[in-house]
Amino acid sequence: MPFESLSIETLGDIYIGLLALAILLYAILDGYDLGVGVLLPPREEAFRDDMIASIGPYWDANETWLVLAVGLLLFAFPDAHSVILQTLYLPATLMLLGLILRGVSFDFRAKVAQVKKRRWDLSFKYGSLLTTLAQGYMLGIWVTGLRTDWWAQGFALLAAFGLTAAYAFIGSCWLILKSESALQEKAIYWARRGLVVLSIGIIAVSIANLTLHENVRELWLTSHWGFVLMAIPIACFCLLSFCGVILKRMPATNGKGEKLPFMIAMTVFILCFTAFGLSYYPFVVPGQMTIADAISDANSLRFLLVGAVIVVPCILAYTFMVYRIFAGKAEKLTYY
Amino acid sequence: MDAFILSRLQFALNISFHILFPTITIALGWYLFYFKLRSNISGHPVWMRMYRFWVRVFALTFALGVVSGVTMSFQFGTNWPGFMEKAGNVAGPLLGYEVLTAFFLEATFLGIMLFGIRRVPNWLHTLATLIVAFGTTVSAFWILSLNSWMHTPQGHEIVDGVIYARDWSEIIFNPSFSYRFAHMLLASGLTASFLIAGLSAYRIFRGDDKIAPRLALKTATYTAAVLIPLQIYAGDLHGLNTLEHQPQKVAAMEGIWETEQGAPLLLFAIPDEESKTNHLEIGIPRGASLILTHSLDGEIKGLNEFEGEHPPVAPVFFAFRVMVAIGLLMLACAWLGSFYLYRNGTLPGWLNKVFMGMSFSGWIATLAGWYVTEIGRQPYLVYGVMKTQDAVTGLPAGNVAFSFALYAITYAVLLFAYMATLTLMCRRSVEIEEITSEEREKAKATKISPLGA
Ligand code: HDD
Ligand code: HEM
Ligand code: HEM
Repeated sequence: MPFESLSIETLGDIYIGLLALAILLYAILDGYDLGVGVLLPPREEAFRDDMIASIGPYWDANETWLVLAVGLLLFAFPDAHSVILQTLYLPATLMLLGLILRGVSFDFRAKVAQVKKRRWDLSFKYGSLLTTLAQGYMLGIWVTGLRTDWWAQGFALLAAFGLTAAYAFIGSCWLILKSESALQEKAIYWARRGLVVLSIGIIAVSIANLTLHENVRELWLTSHWGFVLMAIPIACFCLLSFCGVILKRMPATNGKGEKLPFMIAMTVFILCFTAFGLSYYPFVVPGQMTIADAISDANSLRFLLVGAVIVVPCILAYTFMVYRIFAGKAEKLTYY
Repeated sequence: MDAFILSRLQFALNISFHILFPTITIALGWYLFYFKLRSNISGHPVWMRMYRFWVRVFALTFALGVVSGVTMSFQFGTNWPGFMEKAGNVAGPLLGYEVLTAFFLEATFLGIMLFGIRRVPNWLHTLATLIVAFGTTVSAFWILSLNSWMHTPQGHEIVDGVIYARDWSEIIFNPSFSYRFAHMLLASGLTASFLIAGLSAYRIFRGDDKIAPRLALKTATYTAAVLIPLQIYAGDLHGLNTLEHQPQKVAAMEGIWETEQGAPLLLFAIPDEESKTNHLEIGIPRGASLILTHSLDGEIKGLNEFEGEHPPVAPVFFAFRVMVAIGLLMLACAWLGSFYLYRNGTLPGWLNKVFMGMSFSGWIATLAGWYVTEIGRQPYLVYGVMKTQDAVTGLPAGNVAFSFALYAITYAVLLFAYMATLTLMCRRSVEIEEITSEEREKAKATKISPLGA
């Protein structure tokens, strides 16, 4: 068996890294297309067509990162998977329902009679909303270490709105990049509003987060790593202010800087995620279960790692290729 | 009802709904690749018209397959934690490989296949179609490998009640895998063929006199005519393999209560679990022995030898007959249809209607087949190793009841919407003038008649 030399600790770190990568990519990629779904305006059909066209070629592959993340959690950390999903059974079910609704609406809307199209559009919008709220709620409960008391519920609700705002923000940045004229102006407006909500959300969640776990508070406030860590929120703050300035100046006539808001949103996602990751490593369930508690059999981990090492770079490469092929403004969706 | 029964029902509901769509997409992907190739080679626009119609069916089916599949991937952990705890070291990597090697491939290239034709060179679009078809097949490879391992486990060892993988090639290529894989791929081919033939027959019935539906009907019927005897042969081999590894399943399939020499082949009966006999038997004497042992008085083990270890008999018995009956019906339709199409170029009106009625017959046979296989494995989850009972969730029954109701309602609506949308697409395509006049000129210039093909 290859990778015989890797110890179980190293394997645990590798798998938690892979899992983190899958979740981060999921949050960014499905984040923008869920965000576009949440923003779908019920009254303007032309906008809806263009918005959905902008995510057409991507959403399916984006969602696959979720499948990978759940699969990795299931297989590499089975005990964690089982407590997490059993505690979060109902929100997870609602999330799946949301994913089902939006996934099928996307295809049905293009094929049914005109009168029914709006119905599927609404199911797309509210399916997306249900998904983002449920994901935020699950994230919140997970952060508290799977507590179910009132304080944890409140925190989870905050996280639900925070994550929805984050997705809506990155979604509107995506639309700025992918759309033109009227829709782009609308997207700029959404992005400005989303920026404010998101900033408040990040601050609120960060502060609430400090109240939850002793060791997290210690890490951020007292250890000498704290100074280095503080660079993360400061960088986030600077980036978001910068984004605000750019959005004020938009739309530029020559289309310059259209990519910037999306790039910034992506960077903010990565920074926030890093902050989370550093706070809770080496826990898979904060305060409850560490990597070492939950890790599965080393030989099976090695067997899958062989595939992962070969295949993951390929996946990243062809994903990149697809983004290159469909670069530029979105076209009307036509099959064939 | 307790969480155990509800979890089983929910799992069965989810997987039954999910499998409807892969069975179509796996083979439809290959059909699309074939249409695209023919279009590239002959340049005749009708192939592209067919591609265009069926790629939209594919997109819709694929979307339903994806969303129900994402639901499936949560099921193992939520409803069968015991399964993952004990068998996770085998099941995990196989599921993981499926995601890594198949799901990303098909989901990513699907974007190019559906929306990229004007953005990429033609060869790349053809390649994307090929990759999507290949991806769905690879996905079937991994999941069926896991499923077959659950039927005929080998290559593992058990330490303190937990299963550890020992030899991966033994696990992946376990004794029933090749039969199941072949049988399932053929099932997919037949399901897609009858769907294509049935919907094309429907278009013709609605007065569509374009070339595309006639050509599609012909292609699909000829394909089905070739696949169905192969399927029956594969099914026979599959049964022999099952006799070797799970004799009680075969006993239930054949309704044989007592070990018997020269057992009859029952065409119909009502198995009675209470009195351990069949009522209203109609059978061919010595038939079962002949088929299963290739000798008129070969011995077949009855259910009496597996007291308390055999599956419920009636569902297995009936599901098996449903599958085989549809298989024989498919054989008759496909051959008769091919005969008429070859001789006259069209189907007689009545047969056209029969084909319309058979549009979704593949679904019924496939589900029936899976019920034989899966219920026939009970009370085991991993045959001989782990009982279904030991894998169940600790969730409160109320939660499972809630999710079960939610799924059941959603799936019923979606299934209805799916079938309604397919018929609507057919009706609409009747009115559309598919071939533009300049394309017609071009077709004349190339002087190729695809109908002769
Ligand atoms: C014989 C084939 C077969 C069988 C038995 C199953 N599947 Fe499946 N599945 C496929 C064949 C397939 C496919 C052809 O690859 C699909 C259907 C449509 C599609 O998008 O891919 C798919 C989609 C699909 C997806 C979405 C993939 C994506 O995002 O692109 C998931 C997560 C699963 N499946 C998971 C499962 C699980 C956990 C199963 C078993 C319990 C299962 N499938 C049984
Ligand atoms: C795709 C077609 C499939 C269908 C239609 C199907 C159907 C079913 C049904 C009806 C049962 C219930 C049997 C009973 O409880 O009496 C069952 C059980 C089960 N099957 Fe499948 N199955 C399929 C494929 C798979 C695959 C691919 C796997 C795993 C890789 C799988 C894993 C299981 C498990 C874990 C159970 C036990 C839970 C239970 O008894 O309900 N099945 N299946
Ligand atoms: C008419 C002749 C047929 C025979 C003799 C036959 C035989 C069998 C047998 C013995 C099994 C059970 C395998 C086990 O023990 O696990 C099976 C399963 C199955 N059959 Fe058939 N079959 C036939 C036709 C069909 C047709 C026409 C379809 C679908 C179009 C189909 C689809 C399936 C599926 C999906 C399964 C479950 C998966 C598997 O175990 O391969 N079969 N078949």
